[in-house]
Amino acid sequence: MAVVIVLVLLVVGSVIFTFVSPYWFTPIASNWGTIDDILILTFILTGIVFVLVVLFMAWAIHKYRYDKNRRSAYEPENNKLEWWLTILTSIAVIAMLAPGLVVWNDFITVPEDAHEVDVLGQQWHWAFRYPGEDGVLGTSGVQHITFANPLGVNPDDPNGQDDILIATSQVMHLPMDRPVKILLRSKDVLHDFYVPQFRAKMDMIPGQVSYFWLTPIREGTFEILCAELCGVGHYQMRGKVVVEDEASYQTWLTTQPTFAETMSSGGVDAGVSLFDRGRLLAEGQGCLSCHSLDGSAGVGPTWQNIFGRSETMADGSVIVVDEAYLRESIINPNAKVVEGFDPFMPPYDLTDEELEAIIAFMRGEGE
Amino acid sequence: MDYVAPAEVEDLELHDPDTFITKYVWSQDHKVIAVQYSIIAIAVGLVALVLSGLMRLQLGFPGMFEFINPATYLQFVTMHGMIMVIYLLTALFLGGFGNYLIPLMCGARDMVFPYMNMLSVWVYLLSVIILMASFFVPGGPTGAGWTLYPPQAILQGTPGSDWGIILMLVSLVVFIVAFTMGGLNYVTTVLQARTRGMTLMRMPLSVWGIFIATILGLLAFPALFVSGIMMLLDRVIGTSFFMPVIISLGQQLDYGGGSPILFQHLFWFFGHPEVYIVALPAFGIVSDLLSVHARRHIFGYRMMVWAIVIIGGLSFVVWAHHMYVSGMNPWFGFFFATTTLIIAVPTALKVYNWTLTLWKANINFTLPMLFAIGFIVTFVNGGITGLFLGNVVVDVPLSDTMFVVAHFHMVMGVAPLLVIFGAIYHWYPLVTGRMLHEGMGKFHFWVTFLGTYAIYFPMHYLGFVGVPRRYYDYEGIEFIPQSARDLNSAITIAALIVGVVQLLFIYNMIWSYFKGKKSGPNPWKAASLEWQTPQTPPVHGNWGPNLPLVYRWAYDYAVPGAKDDFCPQNQPRSADAGSSAMVAGSAPSAEDN
Repeated sequence: MAVVIVLVLLVVGSVIFTFVSPYWFTPIASNWGTIDDILILTFILTGIVFVLVVLFMAWAIHKYRYDKNRRSAYEPENNKLEWWLTILTSIAVIAMLAPGLVVWNDFITVPEDAHEVDVLGQQWHWAFRYPGEDGVLGTSGVQHITFANPLGVNPDDPNGQDDILIATSQVMHLPMDRPVKILLRSKDVLHDFYVPQFRAKMDMIPGQVSYFWLTPIREGTFEILCAELCGVGHYQMRGKVVVEDEASYQTWLTTQPTFAETMSSGGVDAGVSLFDRGRLLAEGQGCLSCHSLDGSAGVGPTWQNIFGRSETMADGSVIVVDEAYLRESIINPNAKVVEGFDPFMPPYDLTDEELEAIIAFMRGEGE
Repeated sequence: MDYVAPAEVEDLELHDPDTFITKYVWSQDHKVIAVQYSIIAIAVGLVALVLSGLMRLQLGFPGMFEFINPATYLQFVTMHGMIMVIYLLTALFLGGFGNYLIPLMCGARDMVFPYMNMLSVWVYLLSVIILMASFFVPGGPTGAGWTLYPPQAILQGTPGSDWGIILMLVSLVVFIVAFTMGGLNYVTTVLQARTRGMTLMRMPLSVWGIFIATILGLLAFPALFVSGIMMLLDRVIGTSFFMPVIISLGQQLDYGGGSPILFQHLFWFFGHPEVYIVALPAFGIVSDLLSVHARRHIFGYRMMVWAIVIIGGLSFVVWAHHMYVSGMNPWFGFFFATTTLIIAVPTALKVYNWTLTLWKANINFTLPMLFAIGFIVTFVNGGITGLFLGNVVVDVPLSDTMFVVAHFHMVMGVAPLLVIFGAIYHWYPLVTGRMLHEGMGKFHFWVTFLGTYAIYFPMHYLGFVGVPRRYYDYEGIEFIPQSARDLNSAITIAALIVGVVQLLFIYNMIWSYFKGKKSGPNPWKAASLEWQTPQTPPVHGNWGPNLPLVYRWAYDYAVPGAKDDFCPQNQPRSADAGSSAMVAGSAPSAEDN
């Protein structure tokens, strides 16, 4: 009779776990509480079915356990019973589906007054773009992307000149209580813009623009994660979204550079030191997703104290890391691979100037 | 119209194998091929089991194991998933159980195309070898996730984009060739080679499940086949079927104009029926296990058959529920959510009928029965979470979280595996003439059933928290509390225990082959045809000089007025009240085992 006892304990334990365990929704920060409601409705209905089915089964296998003096009942079909069960199940399914579709209709119907924010994903980095004073985002495309124009804003589109770019900080801001349509683009592979507190998420696909909308309802700083596998750095593709009141939002927005400003000054990195140029490059090219700055393990060797360090190569030889080795390892990464790492890194076709900047950054980190 | 007697077809001359090679290696006997399929599938499944253990080590104890880095972690995840779904579950259910059971349950001497059947298993082995080779090429196997979504599957930045992905795609294409050769056989055999009296509506549900699953496979695998070829072309000769304009890691690539979403549609047009390619044989087999060991007919047989057919049909119009947040046209959500939730109705009905089979039954708590009960609990649990993910708007927060991982492992991982275990305990005596060891089996059952529940039930709640899947490390993510990280450690410990106990099951199969208790013919007193062969295990040709005649369905247990509590399918109704359930004309011999 162990089976019966275990089945009952399993049901009781599962119910208790649901109520007692600390694992539940991360507190919501958007208007999509309706999604949570449908989820909880589904949970209750299906939970009841689970409990009833398993308890019925436990009762049946207790009552009808083997007895050599008894035979099973011979009753191949019971149409009435089966039809009743079909009808009841159908009603329960409709009870979940119908409100679900109503909320889905809300989810895909963007309010007229929603403002737009453009999010660009790349391996393994976020960038953001806000419409400038004209309130209209300029057209954009992967073919326009250069180092100076990392978001691929169309330079010939007048609407895009006043667009506000957040190219490197990976932090976006949103105003409270205003519906926002998040436009999603990717320049390389699939990504997914995922803020657990917003509940909404959507994939980002190279070659097309996807979207969803929400209204932030709670102030705070929330994490942006990538929810669609996008390669080795997937788990490190993280940004931040700051939800704040309208005034703070506007203040923040006005301190950010516009597209025209960054282009006229020679790109996002103009006027900064060689070291900072290197940092921007390392972020923009995704270097830091594999190479840590704090000594922690990654896909590639850490950049902490890399300059002058002795590294054992896969073939057993020992190399002291100098500028020549770093240059070679960027242009032709698999020529000399450090022991314990996979020959993984793609070759980077950087200009001499860019190489200089990035090496300056790598050296600087050691100081 | 006058009654037309079924034609008497003369038996063809069987080419009895006479050498070791033709008997056990290049064998055309469906029973040997079934065992070959099963051994290969279980062996490669063990590789996938080890991979899951490694993956869990990293999730439960991040950073403790030097050899697991982000790249190898993704390779473990990918290879685990693909091996389990395709090379273990599909191959074992259809190539293993399908091959063994279809001819015996239908009363045929063999599959209708034995030579093609033999080719099928060897081509399958070839696909497995190609797949395993990817562990040894530069860069290792692909780490693109089992869904292999382009563009990342074939770009730098994903592990194994040099050779691993090519071998993966080639292996899949070869596997589909193998499956097609086997699948055409199974379908044709069911339709053409049933013995006299074995009408479709007298077939055991095992055959129904395998039959419909094979049809699904024959219709669905071509979608994977073409998408595999297209991605190979994209990768190798630079076409752009799935590749738009891309700047990858700072480099402008030479692609343009393709659609990544096209691949997802093709993949899931295969991928969703694939769920049922695994589930329908499990549905069928578990129905038979329940019936035999509860000494009762399956409840609502006709409804069960139609449910299998309807679920199979509907499985072709629900694929995009895997793509609710893929960026496809959001209006599709209405259609696919509706079709998906409609599937819940016939599926729920199957669950009700399984429990109603136990109701008013006379239940033996044998090993197959225990596994069948374990299956029902696991399947109900995994099935109802499908209602969360199928209802489009509820899927939005849960998609790509651990909730999804927990759901599909419950419903198409653990549940079918419990059926496979139960089925092996059930049919092992037929295959080998010996029983599996009961004590080891009970231990195996309890640890596997409770252990997998302990792994996957709490995992759903990680999904509620919002923990994303396919993450190497959650270090530094603030919204994930320490308690959730501790839970991950606990899940890992449970997973390792469950994994190790599977080795006991393997040991039991080997030990029992030599030392197990002799079963004799029909140890479970089953009514279906496969247990009524003149010899146990059945010899080449299965049936001796004459094919059996079938007089009834496969579920005549506890028939009112009958002397025995079961009436074999080949027992004439006039003999029900008679003295023996033994098959007329059969001479049980002691020479076998």
